[in-house]
Amino acid sequence: MDFELSDEQNLLKDSFERFVKDNYSSDARAKLANTELGFSRGHWKKMAELGWLGLPFSEDVGGFGGTAVETMIMMESMGRGLVLEPFVSTVILGGGLIAEAGSPAQIEAIIPEVIEGNMMLAFAYAEPQSRFNLNDVETAASKSGSGYVLNGHKSVVYHGTTADKVVVSARTSGNSRDEAGISLFIVDNNVSGLSRRDYRTIDGQRAADIMFENVAVGADALLGKEGTAYPVIEKVTDYAIAALCAEAVGAMQAANEITNEYMKQRKQFGTPIGKFQVLQHRMVDMYMEAEQSKSMSDMVAMKLDLGDEMERRKAVAAAKAQVGQASKFVGQQSIQLHGGMGMTDEYSIGHYFKRLTTIEMLFGNTDYHFKRFAALSS
Amino acid sequence: MDLSFSKEDLAFQDEVREFLATSLPTDVKDRCDRGLHPTKEGQIRWQKILNEKGWMAPNWPKEYGGTGWTISQKYIAAHEFGQASAPIALPFGISMVGPVIYTFGNPEQKAKYLPRILNSDDWWCQGYSEPGSGSDLASLQTKAVRDGDHYVVNGQKIWTSFAHLADMIFCLVRTDSSAKQQEGISFLLIDMKTPGITVKPIYGIDKENTLNEVFFEDVRVPIENRIGEENKGWTYAKFLLGNERTGIARVARSKRQIVRLREIAAAERSGGKPLTEDQDFINKLTRLEIDLMALEYTELRYLSMIAKGKKLTAEPSLLKIKGTEIQQRLTELLVESLGMYGAPYEPERAYEGRNETPVGPDYANGPMAEHLYLRAATIYGGSNEIQRNIVSKMVLGL
Ligand SMILES: Cc1cc2nc3c(=O)[nH]c(=O)nc-3n(C[C@H](O)[C@H](O)[C@H](O)COP(=O)(O)OP(=O)(O)OC[C@H]3O[C@@H](n4cnc5c(N)ncnc54)[C@H](O)[C@@H]3O)c2cc1C
Repeated sequence: MDFELSDEQNLLKDSFERFVKDNYSSDARAKLANTELGFSRGHWKKMAELGWLGLPFSEDVGGFGGTAVETMIMMESMGRGLVLEPFVSTVILGGGLIAEAGSPAQIEAIIPEVIEGNMMLAFAYAEPQSRFNLNDVETAASKSGSGYVLNGHKSVVYHGTTADKVVVSARTSGNSRDEAGISLFIVDNNVSGLSRRDYRTIDGQRAADIMFENVAVGADALLGKEGTAYPVIEKVTDYAIAALCAEAVGAMQAANEITNEYMKQRKQFGTPIGKFQVLQHRMVDMYMEAEQSKSMSDMVAMKLDLGDEMERRKAVAAAKAQVGQASKFVGQQSIQLHGGMGMTDEYSIGHYFKRLTTIEMLFGNTDYHFKRFAALSS
Repeated sequence: MDLSFSKEDLAFQDEVREFLATSLPTDVKDRCDRGLHPTKEGQIRWQKILNEKGWMAPNWPKEYGGTGWTISQKYIAAHEFGQASAPIALPFGISMVGPVIYTFGNPEQKAKYLPRILNSDDWWCQGYSEPGSGSDLASLQTKAVRDGDHYVVNGQKIWTSFAHLADMIFCLVRTDSSAKQQEGISFLLIDMKTPGITVKPIYGIDKENTLNEVFFEDVRVPIENRIGEENKGWTYAKFLLGNERTGIARVARSKRQIVRLREIAAAERSGGKPLTEDQDFINKLTRLEIDLMALEYTELRYLSMIAKGKKLTAEPSLLKIKGTEIQQRLTELLVESLGMYGAPYEPERAYEGRNETPVGPDYANGPMAEHLYLRAATIYGGSNEIQRNIVSKMVLGL
């Protein structure tokens, strides 16, 4: 057992940190979040050149065979800088689904393009009624000739705004919440019959609601075997959750450092506010939440690499529940300890709070994963 | 001890309901219910309707235009306003400076300002906090120096809510730098149009502009705009803070928000069932509801003590602490009830000239805006840490 990074992993970590330092000062991040696109294509190219977009893919699909631990290291750095590029949407989710379920032809057509930074992806799974349940799929795919016709409404698709292709979950058979009968399709984001409502989210990112109205796709759009996508979706979203947990850890650590520093600088009643015991204890609680989260995030990454399915599910549920609670606490208290300063958009701390708030929701909030863990444990 | 309402009380309740049903503008109600900041125009329109009815100032003495309501009537009115999502009057004039003027002001000041506050002719803002003086308010540095029959004011205020919309600001200024901090402060009423005043917007984490910085450069303020005595301003300032703390609890509004949360949860789905059947969610909602009930009866108990002439010390700080913590938990749960539709968010001005409304169900427009803004509720009006310090010292003697 070993929680330390190897030499290569440390080098990798240095390069992630350098990227964040060079490109993600809080001013630069605020500017980028305010552009129409919401991130930088230049950064994306750079990430591709550095090999990061191929990191989690196995070597037999053209990737660099990185483990979940390496993704964790990367996401922690991204969390520190509140990085905006759609890595999770494109690489972990879209790319992950295709690498996991795609045919050789599909993999060959898409994964190299993703790795080179030429193609962006998004995963459209949530629906207005589904809340966080991955099996609650009402978008319908009905057979038509050799292909399918898609109808339905997908909600809050992160980076659905800029994805070239969207992976969509749709029901090919069964009832609303059956796990069996769910299929995945790869659809061009401008295909006829697809319409989109693009918008911004509180964490400075971009998302879209995507409507499918008689969208005709060929048989080659189907990803994997018809009706069997649920386990794939669950697995790949578990990887995304692990990545988000690591991102949250980085964001919490950065928020704590900023707050800690502020408590040393800010004086009231003739003394640094960090001298008030009640604030010291609060800060210690925030620190402990980040530490506990770091342990869970490391644990979940290592469990993913061990490959046991049941262990994976439990670890992910437990980590997300812990990290979700911690994210709320650290985010909210960071603002509280800053006083009025924490309420201004110009200052960085509020942006950490907002990203931590959405990470808590994404792929199931704290309650959802408490329930999931309890169900898996009984 | 008695909780029952008299026949007159019930008749009064009917009157309030009838008034709200017929007089509350729907646009004003809608913004209030969603938790969006009021518009100046809408707020003033509503406050003028209130004043016409004679209900602008339930807490003022009758001689200055108060309603003369009993505790029961105040409770009934607050409850009905809350349930109808009727905004209460903005606090800066009615709850903050108004009582200072009728308690410590001279007859000319009362005659000049009180009717204009009642009729919302002046929009007031509060110039207390400064960059270096937040929790430690008494350390404030904005200076006022006598020059003939004027004060010349120099300095800076910050976090001044709605200063960009205001006609008047009440300000704490230092008039004696040699005295002990608390003993060199005066309370001035300043016309925002006076030359030398600059207002700079601050955008909040909700990306809206309610906060401002206010700069004073050789601003000449007539001596007659000073409340009470020179260097006694801290007394008036503390009197005002006491009133501010009680007002921030907003029990009636939170009661309505509990109802709204139930409405939203009934419409939301989780695993094919309404969210109201999700036991975890209901537990959280119920806990909130019971905490709120306890707060409501605490507030009533204190009001009853005050009405019987008993002296409270810092008990109202409890109302501020509990009230704001409940507001924050409520908006958090409102956002949670929306599932992923809690995440989309753009400030209102982003929709100008766009033929779109916010995405998702209609009720999703509001909770996140309010959730973001209300992170400040445990900071403003004296932070909750400061309130706890006060309770431990003044009530518990620690
Ligand atoms: C949305 C909003 C609206 C506002 N509107 C107005 C307005 O209209 N007019 C106006 O004058 N002001 C306004 N304020 C300012 C508000 O009153 C101050 O923010 C508040 O008094 C705290 O001061 P500060 O921001 O300087 O924080 P600080 O005083 O620097 O406090 C920072 C942190 O330290 C804690 N702290 C400080 N001292 C102690 C202590 N002794 N013991 C324990 N903890 C301590 C605080 O609780 C806080 O958590 C507003 C603020 C906000 C956020």
